[in-house]
Amino acid sequence: MDQDVQIKITDRDGKLHEIAAPVDMALNLMEVVRLYELAPEGTIGICGGMAMCASCQCYVLTEHPLREMQDDEEAMLSEAFNVKPNSRLGCQIQITPEMEGLEIELAPED
Amino acid sequence: MIETDILIIGAGPTGLFTVFEAGLLKMKCHLIDALPQAGGQCSEIYPKKPIYDIPAYPEILAGDLTEKLLEQCKQFEPGFTLGERAETIDKQTDGSFVVTTNKGTQHKAPVVAIAGGLGSFEPRKPQLDNIEFYEDKGVAYIIKDPEVYRRKKVVISGGGDSALDWSIFLSKVASEVTLIHRRNEFRGALDSVDKVQELKNAGKINMITPAEVTALIGEHQLEAIEVTKSGESPVRIETDHFIPLFGLSPKLGPIADWGLEIEKNAIKVNNALDYQTNIPGIFAIGDVNTYPGKLKLILCGFHEATLMCQAAYQIINPGKRYVLKYTTVSGIDGFDGTRKEAPKAVVKSIN
Repeated sequence: MDQDVQIKITDRDGKLHEIAAPVDMALNLMEVVRLYELAPEGTIGICGGMAMCASCQCYVLTEHPLREMQDDEEAMLSEAFNVKPNSRLGCQIQITPEMEGLEIELAPED
Repeated sequence: MIETDILIIGAGPTGLFTVFEAGLLKMKCHLIDALPQAGGQCSEIYPKKPIYDIPAYPEILAGDLTEKLLEQCKQFEPGFTLGERAETIDKQTDGSFVVTTNKGTQHKAPVVAIAGGLGSFEPRKPQLDNIEFYEDKGVAYIIKDPEVYRRKKVVISGGGDSALDWSIFLSKVASEVTLIHRRNEFRGALDSVDKVQELKNAGKINMITPAEVTALIGEHQLEAIEVTKSGESPVRIETDHFIPLFGLSPKLGPIADWGLEIEKNAIKVNNALDYQTNIPGIFAIGDVNTYPGKLKLILCGFHEATLMCQAAYQIINPGKRYVLKYTTVSGIDGFDGTRKEAPKAVVKSIN
């Protein structure tokens, strides 16, 4: 059984990466970015994935159904910079089979 | 000049545990931290969050871990320089180092242990044109002296505890307080939110939500800001001060210029031996270092601190032999004159 979904991630330099994200490792999008080293260590996932910093902010470019935003994520995004209507915190989005073909772009480092 | 045996940069869990391990070897420690309190990320970012992988603690709050580490190292009387960032390091002819903070405090030690985590916490600055020009000319990210704002017009922006708490405080000092936040909801202690509501109703705080400061205005210093409510055109508000409070984010900062080998935003160390950097006498432990197989875990920082202290002992006591002692067997002699030891077994004959 295929345990990967294909995701397109545009890094902060505008480079597009097509990566395979495993769905069976309880990973979130922030961790996938770190797994593939698409952003320098120390510039992403600073709080470790608690929605307490916005270093993993990304823009969701496709219409995939994603986990609904919880209060803590919404609050953090309301204090983040470079926020757009399609902003999410990567650490709050678990990789699921429904995410096949998802496209995201990493927000600039603030 | 503050003199010590091991100068620790960073008062997070790894730095605090270093004090204990060094104390067992009769070495004194002094810690420098950019934050005003000890605990590092544990107290700054997530004091109320549980940690589940501290050995022997099935669950412990990050803030409680800090408390316990402070309690554990207390008898070794660590010194603290808090609220100051280690800025420069100079090697002396006697082989020791002098570390100077951004406020000019000097520290001298034969061994420096960098336990700096992800770096020093710096305020996050909103991305506004010319904001740097207005720094110290009306714009401040940290409130150092509230008296500066007496009878002045102040605009605060942000939606967390510090924005709420300072709005409450300054409403008693400033002539006018305006609080601007991108949402109607605030993320803070419930009683602070209620208090701000009360002050807003009483006309003591002007609240503009959901809105954002979009421009800074003033020729030589800040005279006004431009605030934009979503979907509306910008409005100009006259003000003497603008205080954006958007939390802190860690930056490796000046340590990156100390001549240490840096890789992936961390300091390369020798993990086969003692976590020494490429500069003998300077060690890096905890989240700030990197080596093959590195894991950024608190428990790994404790281990690294313990081994580092052995190497520091050799630098401070050259040629002196050392034999590992167990605290259960030999007890702990604090620098404050206290002694902790296991109770002696009771010997009593049975007739």
